Amino acid sequence: MAEPLLEVRNLSVTFHTARGPVEAVRNVSWQVAPGEVLAILGESGSGKSVSASAVMDLIDCPPGEITSGEIIYRGRDLLKLSADERREINGKRIAMIFQDPLSHLNPVYTVGWQIEEALTTHGTPKDKARVETISLLDKVGIPNPEASARKYPHQFSGGQRQRLMIAMALALRPDVLIADEPTTALDVTVQAQILALLEQLQHETGMALLIITHDLGVVAEIADRVVVMNAGEIVEQGTAAEVYANPQHPYTKRLIGAAPGKGAIHDDPPTTEPILLLQNVCKKYGEFEALKGCSFELCEGETLAIVGESGSGKSTTARVLLRLEEPTSGRAMYHGRDLFALTPRELFEMRRDIQMVFQDPTQSLNPRMTVYQIISEAWAIHPEILPKARWRERVAELLGQVGLKPEHAHRYPHQFSGGQRQRIAIARALALEPRVIVCDEAVSALDVQVQAQVIELLDKLKDEFGLSYIFIAHDLPVVRDFADRVIVMQKGQIVEQGPVRDIFENPRETYTRNLLAASLDPDPEVQARRRAERLSKEVA
Amino acid sequence: MKKFLFKRAISSAISLLLLIVAVFFLSRLTGDPTDLYLPVDASQEARDNFRAINGLDQPLIVQFGRYVWDVLHLDFGDSIRRARPALEVVIEAFAWTLQLALITMFLVSLAAIILGSLAAFKVGGFFDRIATFFSLIGAAAPDFWVAIVAIVIFSLGLGWLPTSGTGTPLHWILPIAVLFIRPFGLILQVVRGSMINALSSAYVKTARAKGVTPKKQVFVHALRNGMLPVITVIGDQAAGMLNGAVIVETIFGFPGVGKLMIDSILQRDFSVILAAIMVTAIAIFLMNILIDLAYAALDPRIRY
Repeated sequence: MAEPLLEVRNLSVTFHTARGPVEAVRNVSWQVAPGEVLAILGESGSGKSVSASAVMDLIDCPPGEITSGEIIYRGRDLLKLSADERREINGKRIAMIFQDPLSHLNPVYTVGWQIEEALTTHGTPKDKARVETISLLDKVGIPNPEASARKYPHQFSGGQRQRLMIAMALALRPDVLIADEPTTALDVTVQAQILALLEQLQHETGMALLIITHDLGVVAEIADRVVVMNAGEIVEQGTAAEVYANPQHPYTKRLIGAAPGKGAIHDDPPTTEPILLLQNVCKKYGEFEALKGCSFELCEGETLAIVGESGSGKSTTARVLLRLEEPTSGRAMYHGRDLFALTPRELFEMRRDIQMVFQDPTQSLNPRMTVYQIISEAWAIHPEILPKARWRERVAELLGQVGLKPEHAHRYPHQFSGGQRQRIAIARALALEPRVIVCDEAVSALDVQVQAQVIELLDKLKDEFGLSYIFIAHDLPVVRDFADRVIVMQKGQIVEQGPVRDIFENPRETYTRNLLAASLDPDPEVQARRRAERLSKEVA
Repeated sequence: MKKFLFKRAISSAISLLLLIVAVFFLSRLTGDPTDLYLPVDASQEARDNFRAINGLDQPLIVQFGRYVWDVLHLDFGDSIRRARPALEVVIEAFAWTLQLALITMFLVSLAAIILGSLAAFKVGGFFDRIATFFSLIGAAAPDFWVAIVAIVIFSLGLGWLPTSGTGTPLHWILPIAVLFIRPFGLILQVVRGSMINALSSAYVKTARAKGVTPKKQVFVHALRNGMLPVITVIGDQAAGMLNGAVIVETIFGFPGVGKLMIDSILQRDFSVILAAIMVTAIAIFLMNILIDLAYAALDPRIRY
């Protein structure tokens, strides 16, 4: 192996929080060589980003403090350099891109200005920087580089913004590029493009690439070596293929075991009557058509997944169905009645039957209400369900059903982890004894292991209570494991629907095929095969 | 943007019209001007004469119609006390207030933005302590008291500065200094809060990763974003000052529109009151447009 270019040795960082010092990482060591791709893999709170922040001098002190360790770059310990010397290296020798490029680009300056600044900060003359900026924009695949340079970040799409970040980071041809969750908020097809761009640029420049991610698929797609972190410590490292095929540490084994997309496909969709029938549903926002005539049905006891990229209209479908927003036209037949034509009184009663679980339980649960209040509020609104005397008992029962404890009833949402909060949200939905639950990206924000647990819970509850789910997701492997039937949406229209096995193994439409091809498999071997196919297609 | 300005102009015109109506009826509620202008023992004949000259003998609705017509022609009538066109009197006074307000607000904004930004850059640091001190003073010190104490110390005690009036640059120092305190404390707090927010934002992190110097992180990357809420408060404070810094102008005998208004109210000089209200209302309307334009200049998301 080549000489390491950047090496972190025995790094420990402590954060001083209101509740006292927390050791975010302990004795972390890794290294990356020129031309190599190293991935740091970990779940939220594992401390996977901390060492990269330390490399970039982005840890605020206080509250963060590097208590021990060295960061060796080209033979010098970065931690012993002055702030000015660190700034010389930042952006010029070691550059970084982040998750969520929209908030990481300054909203009030043109993107051209921001890329030029990366150059001029390190001494490039202004006129030269301008020319260089245009060619960089061209290189990362931004159309109309000259005109685009004069635009502002909000005028680009999510994928383009990440391209802009990459252009900015690569302006001075750094030796090391650190990418912190670079594709996490992006659609799968865009994710594939960004990863391909990073790889291509790395081949051209020979830089070292450090990718921080929670996604085994990203590791499988791009990484040579992987460092697995848990609770602030490195538990395992090795080549990506080695670690996946033969994990040593129990944590890694659990992580790989929880990766979705490997379970049994549901082959026995319930052969029941449809309970919900959507006909030609349209939704316009001004001129923009979010839904262009969608029709589908949901059978009793079925899990129907709606997949699609951002802007495909999948969430709009859910919101319209629940009458959180009014449809422009169409019908939604439920037990012989049109949900869209109900009077307010009828709608109020109907709301009991169709409940929703949202993506982010931190936002969808009222932070000032206890779990007991959150769940029992349903019965205050619909008193016919349960007499007040039985509320306490029933809350405890519901909490038990979602895998929480009765004593949790008197805590507040912030006292729970993300996965527990989503369980509370599910218990809240169940309190109304609904027939249908709409899960809008209900597991997207969760770590894979928690995701697997929540999916398992949903599956169990379905059988227990005879529920039907509409499961909206962008994550195809999760859908593959969980759904009975799949609807694929694009630009407000349904492009394909069918049983889950047909969609995943025998997709008819090009769009579905592209979507599946772009989704990442946690197995590096599978990913290598897909890449070979992709490349051969590109050549042909 | 043009469409926005047009809409803004229309809605402001409507507000001005409503204001014209309100001013007329409210001012008539305070009593018959004849009682005030003429001596208590004036003859009935003299009273009728006065009424006839000033049109006060007409039915209210006719008075109102004439009033609206005149106002729309920018004719507010003559100041009864000064025997000059009211508008002229008001514009003269307003020019003084405008200068006072512009100079004060310029100094306040500059000082608050610089000190607030420095305070935000290092929370709990040296500048932050200074900022906290001034904010407390600004919130706690009533300006009439500060004005009087300042006169006692700097004019009467040390004899450095004149007590009142205008004429030399020295005359401006005390009014500006006293007017400075309250908005400075307030705007300082807003700048500090807004800059703490901006400095902890993701784009400043990007700037740091690019190797941008701390000075530029604060004054280039964070400041322009942090200014948006600040502009609103600056505009609000400036509007207050344009309305006439009544107390300060009165104490320092400053011939501004605030003092003029108080005097005119006490003298029931309706034409002047009316002209003053209209002039300040238009000034505030123009300033709101300036604030909107400043917003658009600072934030491209509003422009596009």
